[in-house]
Amino acid sequence: MANAATHDHHDHHDHHAPQGFFQRWVMSTNHKDIGTLYLVFALLMFFIGGAFAMVIRAELFKPGMQLVQPYFFNEMTTMHALVMIFGAIMPSFVGLANWMIPLMVGAPDMALPRMNNLSFWIMPFAFLLLLSTLFMPGGGPAGGWTMYPPLSLQGESIAYVVFAVHLMGISSIMGAINIIATILNMRAPGMDLLKMPVFVWSWLITAFLLIAVMPVLAGAVTMLLTDKYFHTNFFNAAGGGDPVLYQHIFWFFGHPEVYIMILPAFGIISEIIPTFARKPIFGYKAMVFAIASIAFLSFIVWAHHMFAVGLPMGAEIFFMYATMLIAVPTGVKVFNWVSTMWGGSMTFETPMLFSIAFVILFTIGGFSGLMLALAPADFQYHDTYFVVAHFHYVLVTGAAFSIMAAAYYWLPKWSGHMYSETWGKIHFWSSVISVNVLFFPQHFLGLAGMPRRIPDYNVAFANFNMISSIGGFWFGASQLIFLGVIVHCVWFSKKKAADRSWEGAKGLEWTVPSPAPHHTFDVPPVIHDDELAHGNTDH
Amino acid sequence: MTSGGIGRRLVSAWTAGVVLALSGGAAMANPEPDQLNMTKGAAEWSPYGMHMVALWVCVVIGIVVFGAMFVAMFRFRKSRGAVAEKWTHSTKLEIVWTVIPVIILIFLAKLATGGLTTFADTTNSEMTIKVTGYQWKWRYDYVEYKGKPVDRVGFMSKLEESSDRTRQLRSNLDPEKIQVDGYKTYLLDVDKPLVVPVGVKIRFIIVGGDVIHSWWVPALGWKMDAIPGIANAAWTKLKEPGVYRGQCAELCGQDHGFMPIVVKAVPKAEFEQWLATQQDEAKVQQAAQTAQANPATAPQG
Repeated sequence: MANAATHDHHDHHDHHAPQGFFQRWVMSTNHKDIGTLYLVFALLMFFIGGAFAMVIRAELFKPGMQLVQPYFFNEMTTMHALVMIFGAIMPSFVGLANWMIPLMVGAPDMALPRMNNLSFWIMPFAFLLLLSTLFMPGGGPAGGWTMYPPLSLQGESIAYVVFAVHLMGISSIMGAINIIATILNMRAPGMDLLKMPVFVWSWLITAFLLIAVMPVLAGAVTMLLTDKYFHTNFFNAAGGGDPVLYQHIFWFFGHPEVYIMILPAFGIISEIIPTFARKPIFGYKAMVFAIASIAFLSFIVWAHHMFAVGLPMGAEIFFMYATMLIAVPTGVKVFNWVSTMWGGSMTFETPMLFSIAFVILFTIGGFSGLMLALAPADFQYHDTYFVVAHFHYVLVTGAAFSIMAAAYYWLPKWSGHMYSETWGKIHFWSSVISVNVLFFPQHFLGLAGMPRRIPDYNVAFANFNMISSIGGFWFGASQLIFLGVIVHCVWFSKKKAADRSWEGAKGLEWTVPSPAPHHTFDVPPVIHDDELAHGNTDH
Repeated sequence: MTSGGIGRRLVSAWTAGVVLALSGGAAMANPEPDQLNMTKGAAEWSPYGMHMVALWVCVVIGIVVFGAMFVAMFRFRKSRGAVAEKWTHSTKLEIVWTVIPVIILIFLAKLATGGLTTFADTTNSEMTIKVTGYQWKWRYDYVEYKGKPVDRVGFMSKLEESSDRTRQLRSNLDPEKIQVDGYKTYLLDVDKPLVVPVGVKIRFIIVGGDVIHSWWVPALGWKMDAIPGIANAAWTKLKEPGVYRGQCAELCGQDHGFMPIVVKAVPKAEFEQWLATQQDEAKVQQAAQTAQANPATAPQG
């Protein structure tokens, strides 16, 4: 494939990163630098959100209240969720999109580079606003990340939270517009839609989800704000409003939101498994179609979060059937990953290990999801630790593991160095064992009758909570290894990465030098079908 | 040690966990130490059977899919000299693994729809109790029993005192010591339980007094949200006398974790006697209140 060397009839500043820290990192309009900013920000938030989780697990270590007041405990559960969702998982996916999509479709940069700078720099301020509430006299938000009224309206910090959510929403929508514009307009000649890597497809679909639902969230929280300060009665029963209305609006955003946090992961895994299996992805078109179907279905299943609010039976049946349907395309994806491995020639470098763990553990999260979809059984599971176990299997061993896999997979391309494989594997095994010690017992706690979001519990729940807490501290500590591996790779690793860092790696990003130069693809690359990660799809 | 081998061992540990989950803990109605599975419950309607079917379906699919993965990881590894094959799709296979899950889902959907229809039917109940959730206690009002309205029987039910003292931050009191009849009831006991008869279909009307709560007693097989401005309905018919414990299941503020529910199920005759005493007490109280409210009227009248 044509090596996309920079060529020399442009002005000199095209070839180099801007001089000076401020110029380069604050004023940046370069997709790679902004991608790095997103990833660094997400990593910071991952540790902040993780610190909140450590407070939760420490308080739950044994029965009785030892460390924090119940109200502060609720602040911790709420903040942990908000920070992890909006601060860690979503921005790291956007960072990966920024870094990789232009490289994967043969574009010189994102379509709207200055908006790209703005969409990143809004976020630190949004989180400053959100996190500052913890130091205010009334305390931070403590009504759960779902902010159900009337409880959330009792909080003193609701205005700060609402404005922070608005800012995050604006940032996400701008990011999504940028990604769609880049994918639809900036592809190199010959990079047809059905030749794009699955990761690019997954982000194209995710971006449409974001644009569709972030305004819905903005609407819902704005209604909260007017209920609190302008005497409207959207959700106030005494004034003719309906608290359940909020839940419908929130989950119309909230369910697609959970797919926003997993579809890019499907894309990442679909890049990594073929690389290390040395075999193109099985059923490329089916994979793309499955992502699209899951995205469509995500819009018509929101009320499965509300089976216990007393919906009419017809509604419960509809939402139950629609939810169960999601198992079909999700199953297709899992079967296709397994088939990609079948007949391959596999090696097990760290990104592959994380991807395999993703497939297994995400599937376990999918199983508990199927069980939760059954409305009558959900009358027992709902709002218990069974649900906590379910969505952590999906979001930690799913989304977060895929991001770690992606970080190991593309670190050589980003930094120009190979990370330490030994420490990568230590990080993997430590994480994968501890995460199961952390979350698997929570299934048992939920089934035995422990509600979620409680700071203290009956002594019957003591043993599994202690095991879960030990797993939690262990998992948290394991992530320091991750930090160490990244720091070592970027600044201290002596091992230079080749352009094609992995033997089986295919796709345009591996045709540019490692580290990827500040500007790539000034001349559109030539696309060869057999160089694509998913092989020739014409047959 | 190869990575595939370690992975395999992990999965067998999970399988062992699941098998354990299925064998133990089903007989008890209240949470027991190290309980792994949902209880069968004490009521006529229970989602336990469906839960077990769904669980086994997941276990079997899991064994097949993960099994295939581990075979692939063992057979098709470069270190064993495997050479990558060229095929990238198979329409026949893809049809098979779309159709089989659909059939399984139709089976599960049929089962769940049946469960839902039964649960939604609150007609033909012989008794009505209104449950109101407040921050952070429950109110129970007996509305009607066997077609007759019940006169002013209602009370608040909140966390009993020893648990309340123990749960204060750094109280240094031992939660293990709080026991009723040998059962450790820390945070699962109230000052005044809800008393209900066995073998009677009871309809619950559930509402929220301030914020949203959720009334959940696992042994009854369901939870139902208590929402301000909305009256939700659910029913139960308990099979055996006993004390069934639960908690609020919807985040409702700082003391959400300290809002237990206790349902005491007694034989019908005993219940009727209890209800009569309560009604008498209510009458006496009402008389006393009337007298207090108008102390001057009687002598002058």
